[in-house]
Parts: sequence; structure tokens; C-alpha cells
Amino acid sequence: MKVLRKNPEQCIECHACENTCSKLYFKEENPEKACLRIKETDSHPQITTCTQCGVCIDICPVEAINRDKNGIVRIDKKKCVGCFMCVGFCPELAMFMHDDYIEPFKCVSCGQCVKACPTGAIYISEE
Amino acid sequence: MILKEYKYELGKIERGYNNRSLYINVGDNTIKEKEVTQFMKDKFIGGKGFGLWYLWNAVTPETRWNDPENEIVIAHGPVAGITQYPGSGKSLVVTLSPLTHMPMDSNVGGYFGPYLKFSGFDALELQGKAEKDVIIYIDGNKGIVQIMESDIEEKDSHLLSEILTERFAKDEEDKKNISVVSTGSAADHTLIGLLNFSFYDIRRKGVRLKQAGRGGIGTVFRDKKIKALVVRFEGTKGNLNNPADQGKINRTGIKLHKEICDLDDKQNRMRKIGTANIIEVMDEYDLLPTHNYKFGCHKDTYKISSDKFQARVTQGLPDGCWYGCSLSCAKAADDFIPETGPYKGQKVIVDGPEYENAAALGSNIGVFDRDGVLELNFYCDTYGVDTISFGTLTAFVMECYENGILDKEKTGGLELYFGNKEAALELLHQMSRGEGFGKIAGLGIRRMKKIFIEEYGADADFLNDIGMEQKGLEYSEYLSKESLAQQGGYGLTNKGPQHDEAWLIFMDMVNNQIPTFEDKAEALHYFPMFRTWFGLMGLCKLPWNDIAPEDNKYTDEPAKIPEHVQNYVDIFNGVTGKNIDKHELIVQSERVYNFQRIFNIRMGYGKRIHDKTPYRSMGPVTEEEYLSRQERYDKQLKELVGFDPEGKTTQEKMAALRKYREEQYERLTDAVYKRRGWTMDGVPTIEKLKEIGMDLPELIEVVKKHL
Repeated sequence: MKVLRKNPEQCIECHACENTCSKLYFKEENPEKACLRIKETDSHPQITTCTQCGVCIDICPVEAINRDKNGIVRIDKKKCVGCFMCVGFCPELAMFMHDDYIEPFKCVSCGQCVKACPTGAIYISEE
Repeated sequence: MILKEYKYELGKIERGYNNRSLYINVGDNTIKEKEVTQFMKDKFIGGKGFGLWYLWNAVTPETRWNDPENEIVIAHGPVAGITQYPGSGKSLVVTLSPLTHMPMDSNVGGYFGPYLKFSGFDALELQGKAEKDVIIYIDGNKGIVQIMESDIEEKDSHLLSEILTERFAKDEEDKKNISVVSTGSAADHTLIGLLNFSFYDIRRKGVRLKQAGRGGIGTVFRDKKIKALVVRFEGTKGNLNNPADQGKINRTGIKLHKEICDLDDKQNRMRKIGTANIIEVMDEYDLLPTHNYKFGCHKDTYKISSDKFQARVTQGLPDGCWYGCSLSCAKAADDFIPETGPYKGQKVIVDGPEYENAAALGSNIGVFDRDGVLELNFYCDTYGVDTISFGTLTAFVMECYENGILDKEKTGGLELYFGNKEAALELLHQMSRGEGFGKIAGLGIRRMKKIFIEEYGADADFLNDIGMEQKGLEYSEYLSKESLAQQGGYGLTNKGPQHDEAWLIFMDMVNNQIPTFEDKAEALHYFPMFRTWFGLMGLCKLPWNDIAPEDNKYTDEPAKIPEHVQNYVDIFNGVTGKNIDKHELIVQSERVYNFQRIFNIRMGYGKRIHDKTPYRSMGPVTEEEYLSRQERYDKQLKELVGFDPEGKTTQEKMAALRKYREEQYERLTDAVYKRRGWTMDGVPTIEKLKEIGMDLPELIEVVKKHL
């Protein structure tokens, strides 16, 4: 299973990963629409990513979240009723919402952000 | 066979309202739409407010519960159907009650309310009486309403809801789009019939039932010869209310989801065990009704404590009764096998137990037997019997039996002593069959008292003291003896002694936060109004205070959970686009609350005399009770009453205590009426009605006769 992992000490807070992600999924460069988040702090930046742990699968009342054959946790937007319980219950705080959408969104380990990262602060790990 | 079909234009919900309702008369098969007016939305908001308004217009002061003009109104509310904030899928059911002869309201989960809304209607009125059993079907995607003759032999809810879900769903995937309202066989023979609202549990692959339990609404349903209501709606999404500010609702919901995720395990464990979490807590504080409310605890409570139920009822995954309820108090025991009755030996799903059921069907009737409670719970639900009324009236019957007022001859052989699980179950089966003593018991405590006094020569004073009913409705399951505020919380209610208006025992008795009459009166103003609001919106009360923010205890008014009150203001404004604040929220409720009070007065009730309560709710009726807590009562006599118990007989001490407590209740009543803006006879004043914008001519006409 591919999982997006992180090295916060390498992060230079350029936000290229977020912009790449939101551009890919929502056709605009907007860190608030990214499936991972870089938060600037006093020390190393805080990087929020999905570990594909699957807690959200059991939380979903309509079974709209499932693990695909590659082990990636995915949301079926057609089934989703927009309750956002998965957002509140994600142990990594890596399930996201935006006012423009009635469904949540999350990282599917596609790796495009990794390609955009100039320092190796994020990487895809095979687990 | 379809008796009538009606086609309607599909609509779009605007900011929480369809602006129309559905009227069905099963007597002459009329089906029509009605406009929901701005006046209705301004004065009655929705839910129970709409129910009461439609019922007011349908009946006269002479209307009885079984007259064709009596209505059952099912309405949700402007906030209902949002999926982001926990507890937002409730239906409010209103009818003239066979127990109280006044408007009854009951709050119930399940998917019917939201699906009715998404199908295009803000309320459903059912009037008239059919000749033969009918099923009403609403297809919310095709815009079709049908009245059809029932061809179903089965009479109990767990089967009816399953059969109808199968019949109207296209396939397994579609079952979640169906909700069925039905009752069971006992609703044909008792006055305590309830309505079951279904939802399909996709994980268990079974139909679950939630209950509109109180006041005999299921009895009215069957009197109208309605077998079931079915709604189908495919396409639920989180924005079907077309709210003014979806983002605000989403963010408010997520904030609470997170709070529940972080804190529920440390607080009330609603996700793990649900309302049953308080069984042992109530026992510890001497508040768990035991043996017809004689006592508040029992040495065997551990046998029905929450961990015993948790071992049986939780399948590891919490579930809610509407989408987005992360508090998820709904629980079920699947693969339960009843040992008695028509479903003996079959595997069934039992919804519950709720705390109320564990107390009513457990401690109050002396059945300290987990599976016994579950079996009673299953049969009550599927027969369509209100567990609270059943438990409380069975407790009354058992005390009568142990006092020789009843005997085997009168009960047809049932040995109804406390703890006799088999006899309690047989009583319930008799209600289902309409036979024997079950038929008498099914009339409720008020009517039983009359029969026992007039036909069996029982002592009227004793029965009136121990019969735990008021306004004709059986008490719910808390011992109020040591909390004056809770005595008022039960007694000074609109529909009868149900704790959904005010639960003040901890504030009053345990934490002593409301010591004076004025403090108690303020609480008995604020909380009933605040809680009424849930019923106007289509909301559940539990996510308000069965979870609290971590810093709640540092706020100015912890009992109100200020942050959650603001959440409610935000989601109401978010849906409707209005701009109310927490004060206007209370005024919205006051309008409907006072309307309901005046409705009671219009029906010949609703005055001070109807707010009096049985002494069992206030203090020790028997020597056995007094002696069991003698130290407590002696101390109170000395310190509060100024009566020296030294050398006095128990009877003398009981009389002194009783005089004191009854006076306290009267003084409390004075203070509450004053705070609510009512006369000392409990009638809302014209001045009060003007203040809250409810000086409607039809209300003035009723109250002026009583001022």
C-alpha cells in the first residue's frame, strides 16, 4: 500500500504540494482545497497527511468510504450524504472540507505533491 | 388495491421549508396539498408547532380522540434533514391523546421525517377513519401519493416494517431510501399504543425501529384503520434544505463531531452504550424508580447495569437514527431470541435498551434480569406499546397486587408481584391479543384507578397516592421525591409527566444550584422553553447536553451549555437565513408553549388543578418507604420543617412531612406560574400573549373566559 509520509524538518513552507494537489483535484491553486496541509509553526512546519488508517470507513453512516484494491481509502461521492462525521473523527485531522463542496475530500496517495516538493519533505512509502 | 392516487409537482426546499403540507383523509380518501403560510412559519416555526396548529383547526372542544376529525400530524421542522449536525432527523407527532384527551406530542427518530421533507412536504395531516385497513405510500421522487387497501396479515411492527421495506424498495441498495411508520397488535386493544418509525440499518441489513412512544398515538392510528405509512426517497444529500449558509452549518456540525470524538468516552459514553449509561448512576443517587417509585435504588441493580447491556447490545459500531448523528445513542441487540410469545425461538432485533426501558421494564417492576428487560422491550416495540406507560402501569398493578387490591381471581391467574417477569410478559401478550387482565391494564393507570375503586372497593386515597400518572399520562422513569424542582418538572408540563420538558434533578438535588423558589421557577421557565425548541426544529435533545465542551464548567451558566446554545442559533440562522439570537430562540418556544397550554384549556384542562401530582412523586406514601430512609426524613423534619421527630409515631412524622412537601409544591407552582406570565390558576394572561406576539383572537377568546 502506498502511503504519503513526511519529513517536516525538510519542509521550506513553499506550499507547492498544496497548490499542486488542489490544482489537480479542484482546478485551482488554493491550499484550502488541498488534500494535505502545511501549517507554519514556530519550529518545523506541521504537515498533515492521511495515513490510510481507515477509521473513517467505520464512521461513515452510508458506507461511502471504502478501501480500494490497492489499500487506498476512497470516498464515493455519489453515496456520500455530506454529514462530515469523518472530518470530525479523523485521528490525523486529514479529512478536509471546503464550503464550496458538500462532500469531504482526502489524500489518495497519488504522489503528485511529492513530485512538486523541492526538498523531499514528503514522500510515498510502500507499506 | 389502490383506493386513491394523487400526483403532485416535485418542489424544491427553500431555506428549510417546502412551504406546503400534505393532507390525507382516510375516511373519504381526500388527498390534497395545503400552503404553509408565512403566519405559520412566524408563529409556529415548524414541527410540533405546525402539528398543534393543524390539530387546533381540525378539532373542537367536544372532539374525542376516536372521533374522525381527530388528526395525527407528523411534522419535522426547518432544520430537520440537515446531515451535518447530530440529532437533526426528528419527527414530531401530534394528536388528541386517548389517555389525556388533550394534545399529545412525541419526538421520534428514524428516516420518515426527513424523507417526507425531501418528498416535498413540511407536515402530514391524517384525518378521518378508513373502513378497512389502509396503507399510505408517498413516492418522493415520482411525486405520487397513494392510499391502498392493506393485504398484509401481519399485525406487529417488526414484521410490517420489514415486509413494506422489501415491497417498496427496488433492491437491497434501495432499502435505505424507505421509511415505514406502523404500530402493532396491542394498539388495537390498549390506549397506550405507539408509533414505530423505521430506518434501514445497512450494516446489520435489517429494519430498525424508533418510537413515538408517549400518549397513545398508535391507538389513534389504528382507530383510523391505518396499517402503515411508507415513504420512499432516493437521493439524500447534505444540502437538500437549500440553506442560506451551508458552510456555517457544516463547520458547526464538524465542531461538534470533533467534540464528541474527543470527549464522549470520558463523559457519557453515548456512542458505546447510549442512554443506558445512567442506570447505575441513577441507582447510586437513589433516583432509579424501583417497585413503583417506592425506592430509588436496589441491591440487584448491578444485574441490569450498563455493562451488562453493553455486552449484549453493542456490535462494536455506534449508529444514529439519522445521518450525521455522531452521538449515535441508537443501540440494538441482534440475534435476540425471545423465550415467550408468538415470536418465541425466532431471531429478532431489539432496539435498545434505552435508559427509560431498563428502568420501566426492569427496576420499576422489580425485573432485575437483563434478557427479561430485552424481551419486554422487544414485545413492547413490536406490539406497539409505550414502554414507559407499560412499565409504570405494571408497577402500579404490582403494588396493588401486593396490597391485596388485586388477586389471582381479578387478574385471571396472573401473579403480578414485583419481579415476576413471566407475569409481566403474559400481561403484555394479553394486550396484544386483547384478552384478560391485559385489556384492563392497557387502559392506563387513570382508568384502572376508577375501576379498582368503583368495582373492587379499593381505597381511593391510596390509589391516588401510588398511581403514578398525571393528566392521564404515566410518569417517565425518574424518582422526583427529593427534588422539588423535578416534581415541578414533571407536574407543570403541557402533555403530562414526561422529562422532556425539564430534567433538573442534578441541578436541584445534587448540585444545589437552584435553591430558592425563584431560582427553581427560572429553571422551570427556561428549560421547558429551551427544550420545546427542539420539537419546533426537528431536532433531538441529546446532543445538547449529553456531551459538553471541555471548558463548559468555566462558563457563566454551565447547565445551559452556552456553546451548544450558540450552535443551535447558528444552525437555525444557517438554514433559514434569519438572524435570531439566544433570546429570540426562547420566545419562539414561548409562543408554541403558551399555545399548547391554551389548547389544553380549550379542551377543558390545562388549569392549576390539572398540575397537581400524586404524592408518590413527592414523598413517602407508605411506612415502608418512610422507614427505609428514616434518617433522611427525620433530619428534614428537624431542619426544614421545624418538627421534632423525637418520640413521634411514623404516621405522625409522615403526616408532618407530607404537609410540608405539599405546601412546597404549591409555593413552587405559584412561582412558576408567575415566571411564565400566567395567572395563579395557570392561565396565560393577555398581557403575556401580547408580549410574545400571540394575542391571536382565537386564543384571547379561550383565555378570557378563565381570567
